[in-house]
Amino acid sequence: MLSRTANSLFWLGRHVERADFMARLMEAAIRFEALPQPDPESGWKSAVASSGTGALFKTYGVPANRDTVSHFLALDPNNPSSIRCCLDKARNDARVVRTALTRETFESLNQSWIELQERLKQVERPVDMQMLIERVKQEVRNFEGSIWRTLVRSENFWFIRLGEVIERADNTARLLDVKYHTLLPEGEDVGGALDQAQWTAVLRSVSAVTAYRHIYRQNLKPWLIADLLILKEEIPRSLAHCMDVASEYLHDLRAQHGRVGPADRLARRMSDNLAGLTIDDIYADGLHEFLQTFISDNNRLSREIAQQFSF
Amino acid sequence: MRGEDGNVRSAYQHLETWLGEMPVDELARRHAAAELAFRRLGITFAVYGEEDADEKIIPFDVIPRVVTGEEFDGIEKGVVQRIDALNQFLTDIYGKREILKAGIIPPELVLANPQFQPVMTRIKPPGGIYSHISGIDMVRTSEGFFVLEDNLRTPSGVAYMLENREAMLRLFPTLFQQHKVRPVEIYIDHLQDMMREVAPRGVRGDPLGVILTPGPLNSAYYEHSFLADRLGIELVEGSDLFAEDRMIFMRTTEGPRQVDVIYRRIDDDFLDPLSFRPDTILGVAGLMDAYEAGNVTIVNAPGGGVADDKAIYSYVPDIIKFYTGEDAILDNVQTFRCREKDALNYTLENLADLVVKRVDASGGYGMLIGPQATKAEIEEFALRIKDDPEGYIAQPTLALSTCPTVAGKNIAERHVDLRAFAVSSPEATRVVPGGLTRVALKEGSLVVNSSQGGGTKDSWVLA
Repeated sequence: MLSRTANSLFWLGRHVERADFMARLMEAAIRFEALPQPDPESGWKSAVASSGTGALFKTYGVPANRDTVSHFLALDPNNPSSIRCCLDKARNDARVVRTALTRETFESLNQSWIELQERLKQVERPVDMQMLIERVKQEVRNFEGSIWRTLVRSENFWFIRLGEVIERADNTARLLDVKYHTLLPEGEDVGGALDQAQWTAVLRSVSAVTAYRHIYRQNLKPWLIADLLILKEEIPRSLAHCMDVASEYLHDLRAQHGRVGPADRLARRMSDNLAGLTIDDIYADGLHEFLQTFISDNNRLSREIAQQFSF
Repeated sequence: MRGEDGNVRSAYQHLETWLGEMPVDELARRHAAAELAFRRLGITFAVYGEEDADEKIIPFDVIPRVVTGEEFDGIEKGVVQRIDALNQFLTDIYGKREILKAGIIPPELVLANPQFQPVMTRIKPPGGIYSHISGIDMVRTSEGFFVLEDNLRTPSGVAYMLENREAMLRLFPTLFQQHKVRPVEIYIDHLQDMMREVAPRGVRGDPLGVILTPGPLNSAYYEHSFLADRLGIELVEGSDLFAEDRMIFMRTTEGPRQVDVIYRRIDDDFLDPLSFRPDTILGVAGLMDAYEAGNVTIVNAPGGGVADDKAIYSYVPDIIKFYTGEDAILDNVQTFRCREKDALNYTLENLADLVVKRVDASGGYGMLIGPQATKAEIEEFALRIKDDPEGYIAQPTLALSTCPTVAGKNIAERHVDLRAFAVSSPEATRVVPGGLTRVALKEGSLVVNSSQGGGTKDSWVLA
């Protein structure tokens, strides 16, 4: 496979996954807003922080509220992580590697992009954010479904999926980190009613409320949520699951190429490390420190992959 | 569709009945369905220099254009003869230049032509084939088919030919049962065979071919990726290739792989910064050197543009005669070369009845259509011709054939042309039984170019 193709497939996966994450962040913030709380904008502030684009938002010098943040995360052409930019880039990459995709896969992505373009043309009509969020989530499912159902299990598939899981792990780690630091207003108790509601919104944003209840059978506790989203391999968004899968795909690629590289070794190490940890270990060293280390290792993994396959 | 006597020609009889039975709104409905399908598949093209140019689809008309088997036999023989002669012409002008010595063509038309590439005097393409992939544009009059233009610089349109057929098969399967339509899919086989047959000698195993594209911003990018997909080969950009030891390699996830045949969809000027334009980033530095060493084949060969220039076009019947000793089977449309004094005078006196074209323009730009021009436009154009007579040729406006076409809620007759596609290797020149029919969607219009509002139709050659 052309190295450039591998690069495009990898970033196609990352951008589709990121668009989904942005939609979910907005959804969580809208839920938040409905809660009785001293600072109704806090949900929007944390959405910006979790998106990893807080620094850019700050330069705009506008207060974080429903209008500013939802526009910023969904439609801002200058925010490289906005849903609009993610879809733009994903479609561009898909066009570049059309031949590596099935017809269904390209069509589903092209269709959602066309729909958003049509929507953007009607500037006079306010955007129905709830609708937009639903559509984006649905289109991402279509895309992923078509990949699973139609794409040959070869480099094409593995590079897209690698991009997806690495982006997903990054998103989960950021989400947890931000919640841990910024959400709770001063004076609110950890484990209090508002704290509870905020965690519920976070879990809901990653569609894991029911899973939590099934696994732990008790009310929401921050450390159990961290346990769920970091260490539980059966949760498709957990760091453990993402690293396990990344390592598996790299293994499949290696089987095809017969070469072990630094990316394989790093993914294996990260996956093994997560498998050997308990949530108590993580809290003992500090959750924030753990997450920061993970995010930087994950970024390094992304770079090692690019290097190993010369893109 | 109709002959001179006003009766429906035999080729169209089934179609006439079918159209008569089809409710018009049903036809319009299927028409809309076809357009939607094209857009979803991203079969788009871009017109340079237009805002919002990124995403246009060429309008597709669902009523097919029909050519009888007999008519096509004539086209096929004529196209093969024409392309073989043009390949001999290119071999000659980059070699012994006998046709110039014989005084058939003014030497400056060839040697001072911007498309003439001096570097090609040192390089012999395998088997003497310069134009591997050619598109011959024709129009039909009551006297048969005439050639309007030769396209030897990797012409586009085959993706439309193949996708239009796909769409028709899906929309109107029963129509194909009544007509015996020859499949156009064979074009892909022709391409595959050609790329194998022109590979450099000494390649072990199957030669590795690639398609070289300028990238996703190019107007024909869809076609580039479509062809790569159908051929099962990589679609590469210049940056994916590099030269080493007079060989060309592509960068892959498994390391460098040597490339044997490059079907390039970028112009000569951009192929290699060391041989052509030094500022190009689309090509590959060292490509021409590897080509000269015989380690890679470029399809189509550089320098072929000198044979499809509008100035050379009018000499093609003489070229055919010179190399084959035969008369041209497919004739040119009568052409007045304004570089010749008599022709210039005739042109200037009859501008209102003529179509005048610049020899170095394409896409329907820079032309005057006399019968549709205002007096002021004609006077203005006359000045331009007098200023640079060598830059223009003139042709009579022909009674072009028309074909029924969906126009809003009605069916109306619209002018059409036909681009036939041929693939040449040292073994054979193969013509696809079909082609791309372009249709002028505006009433009375003669301009079929997609960049100026033309559409396409599926083109049927009956068995």
